[in-house]
Amino acid sequence: MGKVAIIGVGQSAFVRGYEGSIRELAFEAFKDAMSDAKIANSDIGATVICSAPEYDKQRSPAGVIAEYCGLTPQPTFYAETLCSSSSTGLKLAYSLVASGLHDSVMVLGFQKMSEISSAESQERMGRGADIQWESPFGTMMPAYYAMYARAYLNHYGVTEEDLALIRVKAATYGQINEKAVYRKGVELQQCLTADPVASPLKVMDCCANADGSSCVIVASEQKVKDLGVKKPVWIMGVGAASAPVNMAGRDLFTGLRVAQMAGQQAYKMAGIGPKDINVAEVHDCFTIAEMMAYENLGFAEPGQGKELIRAKATYREGHIPVNVDGGLLSKGHPIGATGGSQIRTVVLQLRGEAGAMQVKDPQFGLVHNIGGVGLYGNVTILGR
Amino acid sequence: MAGKEKKEKDLRFKKFGTVSFTAVTKVNDFIDKLEAGQVSGTRCKKCGLAFFPPRADCHQCLTSDMEWFPVTGTGKLVTYSQLMYAPVGFNEDLPYAIAVLDYGDYKVFGRIGNVPLEELTIGMAMKTEVNRLPGGQINYVFNRP
Repeated sequence: MGKVAIIGVGQSAFVRGYEGSIRELAFEAFKDAMSDAKIANSDIGATVICSAPEYDKQRSPAGVIAEYCGLTPQPTFYAETLCSSSSTGLKLAYSLVASGLHDSVMVLGFQKMSEISSAESQERMGRGADIQWESPFGTMMPAYYAMYARAYLNHYGVTEEDLALIRVKAATYGQINEKAVYRKGVELQQCLTADPVASPLKVMDCCANADGSSCVIVASEQKVKDLGVKKPVWIMGVGAASAPVNMAGRDLFTGLRVAQMAGQQAYKMAGIGPKDINVAEVHDCFTIAEMMAYENLGFAEPGQGKELIRAKATYREGHIPVNVDGGLLSKGHPIGATGGSQIRTVVLQLRGEAGAMQVKDPQFGLVHNIGGVGLYGNVTILGR
Repeated sequence: MAGKEKKEKDLRFKKFGTVSFTAVTKVNDFIDKLEAGQVSGTRCKKCGLAFFPPRADCHQCLTSDMEWFPVTGTGKLVTYSQLMYAPVGFNEDLPYAIAVLDYGDYKVFGRIGNVPLEELTIGMAMKTEVNRLPGGQINYVFNRP
């Protein structure tokens, strides 16, 4: 299969209560990515539109958004894997280009969560679990991840303070990311004394809902040459896996199998290992999720993720910087836009264009994006 | 009765839990068994694979020839969490804890019953019991054996 590069990235600001429609929201990331790539609409061969549809009034949003962005009559597809929708979109776009079917494909992710109340939103999020056998007990996303946190803390003797350190790190970078929804710093004590949401997780362990959009444009090696792209970022590995939706079907509660499996696939395809990664974006919808990601991706041995955060190894100056754009915890988590936003951050890092968040001269970057409670997992490895 | 001539839809599963999101399923007999005091899974008659939650179809041998088995004895508490916020429709239940029990051949996801949170320890033995809810609803909970 041919090589595939990312030639443009874009993102809207992640905000509470976006004042506009979904097509206008999607247009913000589209415009940003098109300005970045400096290409014409006719250069885009197809689009993959990504979101979680239960938030939208519009049925089948792909066509509406493609039209608004001036991307008709090109084919458009719709991709949904809950919170990992747009990294699933990237894998599909990679496949469409690598197969030779298209020479350039745009992945456009969006989510406008503010149309419904927080309680309604939690109820819909919870329905990403098993609605027949789990939802009747009154489940929510924080409670599922809290069950992982309880098992993890108990098994490895990790503390709630270790989890809080991850929130403090996220807030450090959320303050310098102009597109983040949460721009404030967070003190350790503030995390530890925050109101409980679902034990042992507290308010500060949870990411914020947000409205936002993201856009990633991929192209074939030939197209990269034809367009004269100066800093292509190559897609080196794409791994993906799924797991039983019901917790009763899971065999591991101290980590996510989908992340382990997707990570192994991506490393194998890229021909590199965890030690080669210079910058990573991981799916920190809750602090426990980032802690497990350290281990599931091989940055730390099982149970040793705490050592990374205690030693600040995942800060910008550390040996494996993780979520130095604020992560989902501070940047916000507009479901369908999240994966694309993570990819954008790593692309900017690899190009040396991440501004105040820039890590020193990275060669390889990794994106870990999870749908549901470890229901879907995508790991993408990018290189210069 | 007036409705006799018309075939009634089998909506038994509407009774499951505080709020059920499913009405029609091929494993509706689960509800009758709950009403009779038994929490049950299904087992494939051909390959013997046990399923909890119960299923109507075996993905391994593609048959729908299943038999019910009761969830008996105790399972080990794998993990749990107490919720302080609830989704729409569950506020009256707060606070409550959800949990997973491991029975070896299968696991069961459900709610903690009358055991206080501070008395829960991971690995402790618990049993799964039928629990009646207001308004004729029914579910199951985990309690001390």
